[in-house]
Amino acid sequence: MTRDSEDAAADAAIRTEALRKTYATPRGEVRAVDGLDLTVRRGEFFGLLGPNGAGKSTTMGMLTTRVRPTGGTARVAGFDACRSPLGVKRRIGVVTQANTMDRAVTIREGMEYRGRYFGLTARESRRRAAELLDQFRLGEVADAMDDHVSGGQSKRAMVARALIHRPEVLFLDEPTAAIDPQARNGLWELLRELNAGGQTILLTTHYLQEAQELCDRVAIIDHGTLLTCDTVAGITAAGGADTVLTLVFDGPAEPAVERARKLDGVRRAEARGAELRVYASDGEGLLGELITAGADHGLSVRNASTLPPSLETAFLNLTGREYRE
Amino acid sequence: MSTSTLISTEQAARRGNVSIGLGTLRALLARDLKVTRRNLGSLLLRAVMQPLAFTFGFAYVLPAIGDSFGGGHGQPGFSTVLVPGLVAITIAVQGITSVLMPMLIEMTYTKQIEDRALAPVPLWVIGLQKVISAAVQTLLAAAVVFPVVLLVHGAGARPEVHVHDWPLFLAVLVLSCLLAASFGLLLGTLFEITKVQNLVAVVITPMTVLGCVYFPWASLDALPWLQYATLLNPVMYVSEALRACLTPGVPHLPVWACLLALTGGTVLAGGFGLRQFGRRVTG
Repeated sequence: MTRDSEDAAADAAIRTEALRKTYATPRGEVRAVDGLDLTVRRGEFFGLLGPNGAGKSTTMGMLTTRVRPTGGTARVAGFDACRSPLGVKRRIGVVTQANTMDRAVTIREGMEYRGRYFGLTARESRRRAAELLDQFRLGEVADAMDDHVSGGQSKRAMVARALIHRPEVLFLDEPTAAIDPQARNGLWELLRELNAGGQTILLTTHYLQEAQELCDRVAIIDHGTLLTCDTVAGITAAGGADTVLTLVFDGPAEPAVERARKLDGVRRAEARGAELRVYASDGEGLLGELITAGADHGLSVRNASTLPPSLETAFLNLTGREYRE
Repeated sequence: MSTSTLISTEQAARRGNVSIGLGTLRALLARDLKVTRRNLGSLLLRAVMQPLAFTFGFAYVLPAIGDSFGGGHGQPGFSTVLVPGLVAITIAVQGITSVLMPMLIEMTYTKQIEDRALAPVPLWVIGLQKVISAAVQTLLAAAVVFPVVLLVHGAGARPEVHVHDWPLFLAVLVLSCLLAASFGLLLGTLFEITKVQNLVAVVITPMTVLGCVYFPWASLDALPWLQYATLLNPVMYVSEALRACLTPGVPHLPVWACLLALTGGTVLAGGFGLRQFGRRVTG
């Protein structure tokens, strides 16, 4: 069980090559993850973004040794997740999507036992648990059972527990999926602080805003494949579409497409039923011209929207489909 | 770097793994012991109620109302037959459920298995730890049930029980608890939580009713097909092994056969269970 020197040289905390996972189902083979290449650098706050069912949790499962890959490699903290699962497990902290708090002991006890699972002495465990309970503002519920605390506190406790053995990489699977907005903001703040202190974090999320707010770099995946991987600014700029305009007419939009394509600043235009979607580098004044284009073909507008450049427009541009959270 | 240094580094790493692994196992067991201590009341209540009701009904009530369960002249009384049988049934039920129920809940409702699987040990160690914890709980249950079934009986129906060979008795107890817990692990990996009722009806009830709990195996010679079929029932070996230790006057299977079956059953059920456990936990 030796560390990979290539990873150390590349300063990579996570590296996957052609990572694949297929599941046999009664309806045939399902490719949950289909040839994923990713590199996450040490100290990075990295987001794995995609709609539900994109393959995020399966990827997370393979990186954390919980799911056996069908093909390709996954290396975490310099160890191969398949061949040296213990090397990986010792160096990662994982916050799963489901609440996996130990319901039979208090939050503090659960953390202390966790420390001891990872080789800390009883005394070190106690000290480290107290430190984290304080940092995560869990002092008042430390001696309560998980069933008696709020969803937000429970999630914070899971993050704190995952950090007890000072892992090199912290994995968070949809950490804010089931908590209220206020608790979410509190958790975001704590995660930013952690990352500022040097903690490498890989987060999966289906919330565009979460990825946009927190992550240094984001990989967008869908149907198990990587669509793009860059900084948020890089992704939104590289898409070419700075603005996406969507118009819904009272009849088939097809006749208006040709006109739309010829307008200044339009990169791409497509019609689907009554919907006309236009990807433009500059949306200024374009909406009016598109309405006129429709009117010239006897179409009147039922509904129109303009999206400013964001991960959402990038997703639309990459897949042609609206992002559904 | 020379070859010998490489090897010694690898050996050191392996030694490191083993010592960290043992530390983790110790911590997992310590956690379970704490939880067992906290829930001791309900554990013991669960363990004691069934045998208590049984021994009360068959060794106290029935003799008192004049039924012939007291045993004929020169024959062992029913209360004597019951003592090893009821300890055996306690071990079987407690051992199986102590692994099975928490494990099915961890795999579905609480999803805690996802978290346990992240402990820095191979997955089989996590399964093994569950078996050890359950075996300890089962030993506790057996220790409490033993005096109950010994002391609750009607006038004149005192069971004739005597431990002739303490080391053998303790070995049989420990092996029986391990066998029951290993079986619980195996069943837990083969059944889904939605099928638990089937499991109770199809596996656990026949296993306990036909586990030679209420009659010695030898008495089944009236039904040879059943006598042979019972050889596949692990509970039967627990009953008969305890009979050999506690009531050697009652006919029983040879001790060596019981020990062989208890050990072999534990290794087989445990080994297969641990393999299945690993498969079920990793997707």
